[in-house]
Amino acid sequence: MTHHTLHMPCTEADIRKLRAGDTVTLQDTLFGIRDATQIHMFDRGRRTRFDLRGHAVIHTAPNVRKVERSGTNQAGYEAVCIGTTTSDRMERFTRPLMEREGVRIIIGKGGLREDSAKAFQELGGCYLAVIGGAAALETTWIAAIEDVDLDDLNPESLWRFAIQDFGPLIVGMDSHGGSLYRDVQRDVEARRAAVLAKLGAA
Amino acid sequence: MTVLAPPATLRVDPDAIEEAAKLLYIRALKVLPDDIKAGFARLDATESDATAKSILATMIENIGVAERTDNLLCQDTGIPIFNVRVGRHVEVDGWALKQAIRRGTARATREHPLRSSVVHPITRVNEHTSCGLHVPVINIDFVEEERVLALEMIPKGSGSENGSFLQMLIPADGLAAVKRFVVDAAIRAGGKVCPPTILGVGVGGTSDLCMHLAKVAATRPLGSRCEDAEGAQLEAELSEAVNSLGIGPQGLGGDSTAFAVHVEVAATHITMNPVAVNVQCHSARRASATFTPEGVRIGF
Repeated sequence: MTHHTLHMPCTEADIRKLRAGDTVTLQDTLFGIRDATQIHMFDRGRRTRFDLRGHAVIHTAPNVRKVERSGTNQAGYEAVCIGTTTSDRMERFTRPLMEREGVRIIIGKGGLREDSAKAFQELGGCYLAVIGGAAALETTWIAAIEDVDLDDLNPESLWRFAIQDFGPLIVGMDSHGGSLYRDVQRDVEARRAAVLAKLGAA
Repeated sequence: MTVLAPPATLRVDPDAIEEAAKLLYIRALKVLPDDIKAGFARLDATESDATAKSILATMIENIGVAERTDNLLCQDTGIPIFNVRVGRHVEVDGWALKQAIRRGTARATREHPLRSSVVHPITRVNEHTSCGLHVPVINIDFVEEERVLALEMIPKGSGSENGSFLQMLIPADGLAAVKRFVVDAAIRAGGKVCPPTILGVGVGGTSDLCMHLAKVAATRPLGSRCEDAEGAQLEAELSEAVNSLGIGPQGLGGDSTAFAVHVEVAATHITMNPVAVNVQCHSARRASATFTPEGVRIGF
């Protein structure tokens, strides 16, 4: 297990170095994305003005406070609490995020499925696990909300965050077909029969 | 002939309910109940997997960060649920109470501010008040205790709420099928429901009552037991079973899949054998206000 620090945006070569079980700390920039954001981007053909190539997106819809726009705050929002939502609902958007928008890293909780694992392997991407429900801590890794797009979907807008020492995150799925979620699921399925037998419910 | 004086009543003002509803929503989002903190300490002491132990440590660290920075534990402000228990000799305008809970919820959302996580199910329009049709969910029950009105607030997060399962089993399936259903629900939910969880199980009733029982079970304090002896027995067996699966915190493996499995039971029809599962995530948030003649007590 190796620890990596990645400055965003990153390259395919950076991603190929990561192995499931490694840990990663991200620096500089992170984009927030959610169910409605991706439904509008990929099912309804909306486009973002942000360049997501080589970037990381996190499955989130933050708690924010409205503030005056300024030179350093184009968004007009400051963070109240930023955390992470369950990724599984957004499984079918992994490939379009990578193919159309050039995203390299998806951050979330609970993992993604086999289609995503395949997309990460073919296109050079990975899934980084953040600890769900630890949002107060996660918020301390966010330096600022820099900008926002598709804000009619608020809170499920497309957010651009400035980040500092975002992590450590766990490489849950790598670009070589590795998935900690698949490994655990396999172990759990293998234990199921014995668990049911003990309950008298085999 | 002796005329008995009517018993003294507790009068609860809707404005006080509104203030309490606002306060409880925010407090629930920020301070985890003591029983859940103790649950974390217990899991941390017994977890044998290194990754799982580090994940639990991060969760425990987050509880402290939330309190020190006066911030929300989790970004998910949830669907607001209010459980109201009205004792005997309590005078309250029930309709006004429901309106007061809505106003308090909307004010918490605007004034803190909080993310409104509530949308119309068809248009998906968000009113940014955490309110909508039939939301907040308000459950009202009447209890024997005198001159007490208790308001319990539960912000129910979606990651765990999406891990809800119901099956109308039949008598011939037996209790074995109920147990199998719960184990398979835990497997299906995996890491998506933010384990370690409180797995709530409803057994019996009608379909809607069965799911309500599962929700009551999932949101009961840790350490409490099912009042029905058979239900309590099932709780113990299922807690051990679910924690033998190896799902672990966040679904990344380990012993700590559930703080506990809680069971609630209700009588059912001779032809029915319903079972429901509802999950509470590790951010098992609650807050309560208890109105008595002595004043208002804020707690969990």
